Amino acid sequence: MIILDPDVVVAGGGIAGLSAAIAAGRAGASVLVVEAAPKALRGGNARHARNLRLMHAAPTDLMPGAYDEAEFLADLGRVTEGETDRAVALRLIRASADIPDWLAGCGVAFQRPGGSLPPSRKTAYFLGGGKAVINALYQEAARLGVTVWHAAELVGLTGGRDLAIDIHRADQRYTLRPGALVAAAGGHQADIDWLKRDFGPAAERFAIRGTPFDTGRVLRRLLEAGARPAGVPGRGHLVAVDARGPRFDGGIVTRVEAIPFGLVIDRTGNRLDDEAADRARTHFAKWGRLLAERGDAVLILDADGERRAPVPALEPIRAAALDELAAKVGLPPEALKAAATAFNAKGSAARIATPPFAAIPMCPGLTFTHFGVAVDEAMRVRMPDGEGAANLFAAGAIMAACVLGRGYLAGLGLTIAIASGRLAGEAAAQYVRSRDART
Amino acid sequence: MPEPDTAPEARRILRICQACMYCEGFCAAFPALGRLRDLSEDDLDHLASLCHGCRDCYFACQYAAPHVFDVNVPRTLARVRQASYAKHAWPRGLGGLFRSNGRVVALSAAVAVVLALAATLLLVPSEALFAAHRGEGAFYQVIPWTVMAGAAAAALAWACLGLGLATASFWRAIRPAAVPSRVLIRALPQAMADIVTLRNLAGGGTGCREAEGTGSQLRRALHQSMVAGLGLCVLATSVAGLYGHVFGWQAPYPVLSLPVLSGLIGGVLLTVGAAGLMLLKRRAAPEPLAPETLGGEAAMLALLAAVGATGLIVLAVRDTAAMGAALALHLGLVVGFLAVLPASKIVHAPFRAAALLRDAIERQRATAETRRNDGRNER
Repeated sequence: MIILDPDVVVAGGGIAGLSAAIAAGRAGASVLVVEAAPKALRGGNARHARNLRLMHAAPTDLMPGAYDEAEFLADLGRVTEGETDRAVALRLIRASADIPDWLAGCGVAFQRPGGSLPPSRKTAYFLGGGKAVINALYQEAARLGVTVWHAAELVGLTGGRDLAIDIHRADQRYTLRPGALVAAAGGHQADIDWLKRDFGPAAERFAIRGTPFDTGRVLRRLLEAGARPAGVPGRGHLVAVDARGPRFDGGIVTRVEAIPFGLVIDRTGNRLDDEAADRARTHFAKWGRLLAERGDAVLILDADGERRAPVPALEPIRAAALDELAAKVGLPPEALKAAATAFNAKGSAARIATPPFAAIPMCPGLTFTHFGVAVDEAMRVRMPDGEGAANLFAAGAIMAACVLGRGYLAGLGLTIAIASGRLAGEAAAQYVRSRDART
Repeated sequence: MPEPDTAPEARRILRICQACMYCEGFCAAFPALGRLRDLSEDDLDHLASLCHGCRDCYFACQYAAPHVFDVNVPRTLARVRQASYAKHAWPRGLGGLFRSNGRVVALSAAVAVVLALAATLLLVPSEALFAAHRGEGAFYQVIPWTVMAGAAAAALAWACLGLGLATASFWRAIRPAAVPSRVLIRALPQAMADIVTLRNLAGGGTGCREAEGTGSQLRRALHQSMVAGLGLCVLATSVAGLYGHVFGWQAPYPVLSLPVLSGLIGGVLLTVGAAGLMLLKRRAAPEPLAPETLGGEAAMLALLAAVGATGLIVLAVRDTAAMGAALALHLGLVVGFLAVLPASKIVHAPFRAAALLRDAIERQRATAETRRNDGRNER
């Protein structure tokens, strides 16, 4: 079946795109979702998501206490150092309040607090994580009659009143003239060449923590069509990850959590920084940046340090003696021993003393970039004049930099994606309806 | 016999789970994994029996194939589980029967049925066998009570012995060290509740899944029906034995008597539950299942459904000439079921109960630990 004129085309079948598709479908629009990944890998970076940040005025069955818009906005202002579009941010924060109910209506289940989860006043956790959410949303979209094309990509875009898009799917090219387009195809962090232009040659060593399908193709088309950029090229959320992990899609488990329990040295045996200086969760970003700037490094742990740290997904490289370990990971043995001696002499809490010793080679892992397109409060893509294009909307990571211009806030990506997706989908359906009413 | 690389593969996958834990709300296996660090073979066996095979974690897994990590917890733990049945089987030699277990179960049932029918034909005069019997002691005119009770009792004793000793061996391997009776007393009702309610098949409220998509409580309900049905059938048999040999009331009993009524309801529940589970299995996506375990499971479900159905048939035709043959068939199936029990999927029931008891003990200890720490922090 070839639909030539769906009311709304959603480019991207991640959580933002599905939220848009469901919202538009419920508003009565016919919807086509164009997802770059094959079915088994669909869902964008939401597949790796765990929780989302929610405004709430009183304790709920998911979160204790309250988290009002002022506090949410203050947190955002703090991590972004003011690089946030306040009006758009406020719109999304307010829209976050009823996300739990909306998702529950789509068949998404949350995890009740308790168990090993840290009690969280600001975020709620999904039962089974992001892929379970994706599965539920695809099922709800199917129930609403939304058409989904997998392994299909938007490759051409002609903006303006007579919107036209080109889709590439199974060696065929389709030209569609939808009433409106919601661009929800994620960021550009899977395009290594693009990253190298903005981040420099270090990007060659980046592990991309999310989907390999976030190639930024739709973002590029929007920018070519005149969309106003948001955020800063060459800025992104980097964390230290296990260098033995996959190049793409390592998700949460390759993140190295054991740094405060050991010694980090570079390939020549020089210590990078004080490992235990910052034990808060923010230390992830610091080490990601350091690895990007200083080159790859190795985390060395002794048996005690390894036992105190959480279990890593990939078994560390172990040896009974330091020079044997150095040989195994390709470090100069004398330099490693000297670094360990100096480290132990400093009298830090962690020591490199008890065998067996363990090593985890590390590289920078890119979660997302702080670059995308700017939108107005209705999630319309801002054009060169600063006004939103009537029939062109953006949702999710492709516009997230407009809210999160720098820094990181746990669970914010998902909140932006769902809130902006719903708003964009509703606005797109409404635009198509009012256009049809005029003609 | 275990695949030689089952344990290393389980450890590789479960490390990834330990670092992820997105699935910890689905069942007890993940929090239990979270409490462990290095996984001994006994820990793996424990976790494998805690896993109820709901498959929710597979469909929710961000690292399932085609991801390069190829995480498949239900399939891997099904393999570990099967190997643990073989490892603890009593007598030891039965372990090998968990390979090609479908054929073993089918063969046991077939041999028992053939023996029962042959013995009936040979021992019972055909005019008695094919006559319509009514009134007190009718069944025993067809098959003498000593034969019926003797065969059943021997099979039952064998089944209890095999199952009991295998479970004792499993429990010795997985039991937590030095459990004070105070902890055990608190843990027992918890474990009992988990066993009776099948909480771990509830998928954290979302049900279990045969394929990607919405979960449902259907599998759990069918399993409950099957177990309740089996329980009622055991009740019916025991009460009938009591009536006959303690009170001297001879079978067959009226429809509105305890043995017949519980047998009737039990037979229906057992047949419906087992047949329903077989149908669900046919709909199931193959990826999270371990193919080498399916034959034994399907054969056991079929056998249970057949036991239930033939029991109902005996009741339906008990006043007719077909009663003799139906009774022989039913008894043959029951004896075949009991004979193969220690080398069948049924082993999962007491093993899982043991794992749930260890889990309840560990949870008791974790709660006590948290309380102690909270107390310290307040001071």
